[in-house]
Amino acid sequence: MLVSPGMAGTDRPARRGAVALAGIAKRFGEVSVLRDVDLEVRAGEFITILGPSGCGKSTLLRIIAGLEPQSEGTVAIDGMSMDGLAPDKRDIAMVFQSYALYPHLTVAENIAVPLRMRRLTRLQRLPGAGVLRGVRSTNGSIAEAVRSVAATLRIESLLDRKPSQLSGGQKQRVALARAMVRQPRAFLMDEPLSNLDAELRVHMRAEIAQLHRELGATFVYVTHDQAEAMTMSDRVVVILDGQLRQIGSPAVLYRDPHDLRVAQFVGTPRINVFPAVATPVGIGVLGMPVARDSGLAIGTRLQAAIRPERLAVTTGAGIPGRIVFRENLGSDLFLHIALHGMASPAIVRCDPSAIEATEIGATVQIRFPAEHLLLFDGEGRRIARDG
Amino acid sequence: MTGRRLSRTMRGVRHLVLGLGAVVMLAPFVVMVATSLKPKDEIFTPEFHLLPHRLGAAENYHEALTQVPLLHFLLNGVIVTAAIFVLQVLVNVPAAYALAKLRFRGRSTLFGAVLVCLLIPYQATALPIYILFHWLGLLNTYAALVLPFTISVFGIFLMRQFFLGVPDDLIDAARIDGMSEYGIVWSVMAPAAIPALVAFGIFSVVAHWNDYFWPLIAVGEQGLYTPPLGIAHLKLNGEGTAYGPLMAAATIVIAPLVIAFLVAQRRFVEGIVFTGLKG
Repeated sequence: MLVSPGMAGTDRPARRGAVALAGIAKRFGEVSVLRDVDLEVRAGEFITILGPSGCGKSTLLRIIAGLEPQSEGTVAIDGMSMDGLAPDKRDIAMVFQSYALYPHLTVAENIAVPLRMRRLTRLQRLPGAGVLRGVRSTNGSIAEAVRSVAATLRIESLLDRKPSQLSGGQKQRVALARAMVRQPRAFLMDEPLSNLDAELRVHMRAEIAQLHRELGATFVYVTHDQAEAMTMSDRVVVILDGQLRQIGSPAVLYRDPHDLRVAQFVGTPRINVFPAVATPVGIGVLGMPVARDSGLAIGTRLQAAIRPERLAVTTGAGIPGRIVFRENLGSDLFLHIALHGMASPAIVRCDPSAIEATEIGATVQIRFPAEHLLLFDGEGRRIARDG
Repeated sequence: MTGRRLSRTMRGVRHLVLGLGAVVMLAPFVVMVATSLKPKDEIFTPEFHLLPHRLGAAENYHEALTQVPLLHFLLNGVIVTAAIFVLQVLVNVPAAYALAKLRFRGRSTLFGAVLVCLLIPYQATALPIYILFHWLGLLNTYAALVLPFTISVFGIFLMRQFFLGVPDDLIDAARIDGMSEYGIVWSVMAPAAIPALVAFGIFSVVAHWNDYFWPLIAVGEQGLYTPPLGIAHLKLNGEGTAYGPLMAAATIVIAPLVIAFLVAQRRFVEGIVFTGLKG
């Protein structure tokens, strides 16, 4: 398996929170949601489970948490089997998309709940038990822990408010604080930023990544947003239709996808896919001969994919097309170019300075370097990965 | 313009109809209070006037409170309605939680049974319960007044509908925080369901404070009489004509509910609105 760059250095102390999944399958009645998932999350790693909605990624997280029993396979944390263990016995914390704060408790009380449940007995939690000496000192240490975690997340001023008086971003901070307060060995996050507005989402991304660096705990982060996965994670796990398709660092996933659907899911704008056919001299892409050995029998159909930044508009020989749309983002200019025989236009990234030279409706030629084509077979499996 | 004038006429008609309805609803209570203030001779005059010429309130209320142990009946009423409500909540909330949020075999059948039970009037089961309590030797006890009502299918249904709206994530968060299922029921679901509990409490307390049918069957001993039985007893005890004390007793019995309603009016309306929306 690849060791991704920027991973935990060897100088750090031994960490907890290595999550190992082996042969996980989940069925709801007849419906199979997850099949044969093997995954080793290293201690202290930030791993993102990425997939479209309904792919089973949240179910996988709930299986790790113990909220949902798996139909097959085993879950282990730090080498200890977690199978059949209740969620609170697994020493993990979870952050939910809906924040899941207790509406009738203040922020401070919300954050204190995990500690109260662990450090106080049922009797000691009764109202009025605070007069007992042992309870009072425990309550003091809990309040101290709440204050310290609130300081880390800069929500000290909110401690006396009720969740209904908070904004979405504040609520998610409180939910993070509640997860952090008992220093679990792993944080499980189920689309924590999806309910926030775009600007705040980008801001919180950086903040969560920063938090991960400070805490050094394992983060398992579920999202359908490939931008979140690419920006925050050490490694990304792509799940499609209940199956793990690829694990790798964001860079590897982008550069070297094993599956056409992984290639399409990662990266914006989407990767361009052209029909191709194996020829005696290589392959033919949209009628243009390309010197790439597919290793397939002559005449076999395949799919050639290429990232928008690898395509170029040229005045020389190329595939002719017509500009149908221009997206000027300031830093980049994306040209949508309709090609003959293609249902959706190809997207080409250009330098924005090229805007003067382009015009909607104009006919241009596009070309691409053969070595940057990613080839996939009819089922979408990557072929000729050496290229 | 025409539309506006028309709607104004409609509004007038609407208010008239509602006003008449209010008069019809309130009239018996007005007569009750007025009669309770009149001396005996004024009650039986052939011509009716609303306000008493001479106050007979003191003797009527005095008689109502002394001729029968009305305060004792009121205390019985408080004990019985409070016990019923507390036990109903203890049963309803966990049952509703299970029906709304837990996955188990037979859940939909059980919920179907709850719905069917909603359709059965309690008079239909009164006789079997009476015979059962006779066998158990429970007749003529507080238990006889309380136990038949401890399982309120209406309450289970109402609370289940409310719990359906509580996000699953909240329950999962509580599980991860280390709460037991009962812990979730009482420290997460119940506090979230205060509006629903208030609404249910009003229905329950009003129904059982005013209940006449079951107490009449279940208890024969005066010491266990609930307020409605007490009023009836007052009527039967006299010569059948002591309307002044009778109306005074009725006023006393209704007063706690009216006062409670006035105090919690806003909550009450919220509860009705809430059940209307959710149901």
